[in-house]
Amino acid sequence: MWDYSDTVKEHFFNPKNAGAVADANATGEVGSISCGDALRLTLKVDDESEIILEAGFQTFGCGSAIASSSVLTEIIKGMTLDEALKVTNQDIADQLEGLPPEKMHCSVMGREALQAAIANYRGEEWRDDHEEGALICKCFAIDAVMIEEMVWANKLRTVEDVTNFTKAGGGCAACHEDIEAILEKVLAEKGEKFDPSVCSKPEDKQKAATPEKIAAVKTPLTNLQRIKKIEEVLESLRPALMADGGDAELVEVIGNTAYVNMTGACNGCSMAAMTIAGIQQRLMEVMGEFIKVVPASEMKKLVNIEVA
Amino acid sequence: MSDIYLDNNATTKVDRAVVDAMMPYFLEQYGNPSSIHKFADGVARGLKQARQQVQALIGCEHDSEIIFTSCGTESNTTAILSAIKCQPNRKEIITTMVEHPAILGVCDQLEKDGYTIHRLPVDKCGRLNLESYKKMLSENVALVTVMWANNETGTLFPVIEMAELANAAGVMFHTDAVQAVGKIPMMLADTKIDMLSLSGHKLHSPKGIGVLYLRRGVRYRPLLRGGHQERGRRAGTENTASIVGLGKACELALQHIEFENTKVKAMRDRLERGIIDSVPHSFVTGDLNNRLPNTTDIAFEYIEGESILMLLNKAGIAASSGSACTSGSLEPSHVMRAMDIPYTAAHGTIRFSFSRYNSMSEVDEVLKVMPGIAATLRKLSPYWSGDAPVANPEQAFAPTYS
Repeated sequence: MWDYSDTVKEHFFNPKNAGAVADANATGEVGSISCGDALRLTLKVDDESEIILEAGFQTFGCGSAIASSSVLTEIIKGMTLDEALKVTNQDIADQLEGLPPEKMHCSVMGREALQAAIANYRGEEWRDDHEEGALICKCFAIDAVMIEEMVWANKLRTVEDVTNFTKAGGGCAACHEDIEAILEKVLAEKGEKFDPSVCSKPEDKQKAATPEKIAAVKTPLTNLQRIKKIEEVLESLRPALMADGGDAELVEVIGNTAYVNMTGACNGCSMAAMTIAGIQQRLMEVMGEFIKVVPASEMKKLVNIEVA
Repeated sequence: MSDIYLDNNATTKVDRAVVDAMMPYFLEQYGNPSSIHKFADGVARGLKQARQQVQALIGCEHDSEIIFTSCGTESNTTAILSAIKCQPNRKEIITTMVEHPAILGVCDQLEKDGYTIHRLPVDKCGRLNLESYKKMLSENVALVTVMWANNETGTLFPVIEMAELANAAGVMFHTDAVQAVGKIPMMLADTKIDMLSLSGHKLHSPKGIGVLYLRRGVRYRPLLRGGHQERGRRAGTENTASIVGLGKACELALQHIEFENTKVKAMRDRLERGIIDSVPHSFVTGDLNNRLPNTTDIAFEYIEGESILMLLNKAGIAASSGSACTSGSLEPSHVMRAMDIPYTAAHGTIRFSFSRYNSMSEVDEVLKVMPGIAATLRKLSPYWSGDAPVANPEQAFAPTYS
């Protein structure tokens, strides 16, 4: 079964604000019964201040759909409509202490129900432009529709292109067969042919990913050399992190464990664990020895244990 | 009350007697069966006995028709790939829309490689139309592969009759009998079934052991080559302890086959009737008159399966669902879709599957909590109002979403 956080379970077993608000003046209905998730959100909005006084949900769906609905109503109560419109699906997922990648769409459904309800209150028409496909990349929660659109729009040719544009396939790589199938399909629709041999060979990829200035380590390292090398590798990875609005900084190295402080968008991102795993992988490739990367937040406890 | 396990079609508890039979093969007779020394001199005997125990359960003519594999999936893949390899001029396969993914996945791949796959549809009760099946049989068909019992609904397919028809048309016949073996009596020697897959962990032996039955004289090409094991038909050092365990489990299954079809069936029937009587808007899926004795698949309308399972789990009850959300896909189970079960019910199907370890008091325990669970979730459902579904549910709640 899914690895749900305790908060998800708490909101599922004891949902808040279940049922329709009796004298609601805003209603949003989203979801799809064929996909097994559907949500009706009802709000009572104060006409003067546009503050959401009450929120209630009715949900047909799985544990995380019900939990997402429940937490959404808790988040938005007391907000003005303009404030509520700024709530993202990531906010919903964060409040639940994360959702499995396959279940992120539950939080998207929550945000969409909110937008639909506010549009309903304001007499606007809300149109959903979101189409969801089968989940392809489980590491980064990228679905088939998203990949297909990017392949169409950006003339992507290879799995590597897809990874560069969507992140899909950039983690465990188990979905590369599925990505190739999408490339094959979309390129056929465009009257072209997918040529797997165009993909860069593994050794090329290695080279491309390793900026040339960082030479792989061959001889055993002193502690100082190791720290310097780790810093060098981390520096080379920072531009990519910054492109995603995040950053990482080396805090301490104890033995073969590097403590790294994840900041910006990386901090609290549900993908932070993946990013750390990626940094660790890079470090091990360059250093040629086992290196463990640990978030700096965990350093204190570890040091304490050592002292004790 | 200790936890109640009603998910025996997913996997089963290993019987204590099976574990006991296996232990010497880990600790004493751990030699490679091919070796000539005292650590291995009892192993060949153990394997031979296991082969005969499997033979007795499925009623085949020779014990050499038993090929031990690593699992049901390996047996299925081996059977399909062998059939097409032996008959390179035949480019069609007949199967059904409700097979296990272990069959459908291989067929989908072969389709990409240019094979024509005929997937027989089922009616609302999950039954096949044998007339349309007959018309598909031709000299272009390399293999018919049809499951003996459906894993979700327990519905039995007429594989004995279908094998006769295939045989008459000169077509090879394979059945995925992973759910059927040990639950219903069978006598393969009296049938025209050419190949059959079974899996150990569905009948109280460990995971990681399976069998491909290959009728003597049926043309065959191994999947794994490079060793004399299993008479060269499945290379790889024998999983001796698990093979011995599977043999013991088959012996026990044969001893309990009447119990399975009387006592276990009675528990299933009581649970099923109890739920249908106490939970409004629930119904049983599949062919009620032609089913495994241990399985019931019940659709709870207007609520979703994973939510039901989470509440059952909280009450200490383990079951399964055909809901989309438990699988990570967006569609409910292909079996429910093939039977044309409406989406409002297909997402809320729960499979309860029994074994000889269950008891009537456990049935009563489930019956105590099930109506409350359905009511709790329906209170949250936009398709439900008060104590009944909203009028015209599909129209009353039609959310915007593609």
